[in-house]
Amino acid sequence: MGTITTNDIRNGTKIMLDGEPCTVVDNQFVRPGKGQAFSKTKVLYLLTGRTVEKTFKSGESIETADVMDTEMEYLYNDGEFWYFMDPNTFEQVSADKNAVSDKAVYLIEQDKCSITLWNGNPIDVTPPNFVVLEVTDTDPGLRGDTSGGGSKPATMHTGAVVKVPLFVNIGDKLKIDTRTGDYVSRA
Amino acid sequence: MTHWKPSASLQNLKARAQLLSTIRGFFAEREVLEVDTPALSHHGVTDRYMRSMTIDVSSKELGFLQTSPEYAMKRLLAAGYGSIYQICKAFRQDEMGAKHNPEFTMLEWYRLGFDHLQLMDEVYELVAKVLGSKQRQDLSYQQAFIEFLDIEPLSISDEALEQFARSNLGLLPEDLERDDYLSLLFEDKIEPQLGRNDSVCFIYDYPASQAALARISESDPRVAHRFELYIEGVELANGFYELADSKQQLARFKADNQWRMSNNLPEIAIDQSFIAALEHGLPECSGVALGVDRLLMAKLNSKDIQDVIAFPWDRA
Repeated sequence: MGTITTNDIRNGTKIMLDGEPCTVVDNQFVRPGKGQAFSKTKVLYLLTGRTVEKTFKSGESIETADVMDTEMEYLYNDGEFWYFMDPNTFEQVSADKNAVSDKAVYLIEQDKCSITLWNGNPIDVTPPNFVVLEVTDTDPGLRGDTSGGGSKPATMHTGAVVKVPLFVNIGDKLKIDTRTGDYVSRA
Repeated sequence: MTHWKPSASLQNLKARAQLLSTIRGFFAEREVLEVDTPALSHHGVTDRYMRSMTIDVSSKELGFLQTSPEYAMKRLLAAGYGSIYQICKAFRQDEMGAKHNPEFTMLEWYRLGFDHLQLMDEVYELVAKVLGSKQRQDLSYQQAFIEFLDIEPLSISDEALEQFARSNLGLLPEDLERDDYLSLLFEDKIEPQLGRNDSVCFIYDYPASQAALARISESDPRVAHRFELYIEGVELANGFYELADSKQQLARFKADNQWRMSNNLPEIAIDQSFIAALEHGLPECSGVALGVDRLLMAKLNSKDIQDVIAFPWDRA
């Protein structure tokens, strides 16, 4: 594991704090009161998702975290783990529920996902920005109503529940934004 | 990626040229002499936290780039050259960010017979000339802490101060000193609120422990006659009712060097010409350093120093 100093910190730098990998999301050099200088940072703890304000003395050394984002293909879920494959090396990794979190309902086999690896293990999974899901349950559609007024819940084949326009029917294929969970259009 | 193009627009560089011309006009009217002292000197600063850049002047000799023109200008003052000003480049190691460039432009001036309050008035006149008329607020360091944080910075116990800082500033390094807590609180909680709503704010009478080159107050020895100017939450200037006591100055330099050595930093040879000038006698005066780049940022409503410097360090 490498070390850097506060001078090397940029937004996006991955560092270890309290045994947990973190991303620096903000970094500001300050030298208040003509005294010693500090780096005032905001860090996102990647395992717990909490954001904390953290001040370092300028020049202080910091342990880096071996964290990288890589693109992998989603294979399948065995009930406990979600399996992904590197399309170049065919190497497979398994992500647990903590890593996949609420994104599980957007995972479609063979979709390319961004996987965050810490020491080679997945800690976060980001599906493509848009996926196409099929409606398996919703109230009957109102024929001809394409005006977009009003919405209703619909359950997708992956288990995702999405607010959709009233005209949507069971069996429809819908484009969903995975970042917000919002309906975009019919696919 | 090579950035050959300037980061500052032509319009901003024209404003810069205009600003320099305004400053020169301001001092010409007041018969303050423009001087030009060396940027490269035999001596660096003993400051605990500010580091001078070093230069190979010859194969045998190391030189230092100035962090401010203070020592040379005080030698001119001691030699009897009267009130003086200078617009120059200053250099400081490791200072980089939205409000910092390692090489920056400083306006420094000294006024004979002025105390810090009179100099604050003149700083205000210059700023008003550049930025147009603004509301002025003067707050002592103590008043600022009471108004914005409801704590009394001069008398609060070390323990209570540490506890207050740690519960208000997120995760802080261990082993900080009293002045670190005060400075971090000031920077995070007070500074951003100073000089808002088209006003300028002077903070004055800093704790004696942050005196730097300022005189200690005779009426309240807990504070020193030092002031800073803030506009839109940004520090623009730092001034002193100057310390004229060569013995006290030498003692501060030695204390700095003691501290440097106990913190594994190199000892810096003390500038004996400066001490000799003080021994000869510095006239009663006040002096101030003002960040020209930051003043231009305030004029142009810019939040990034790159907007006002043609080639900041990453393109220099």
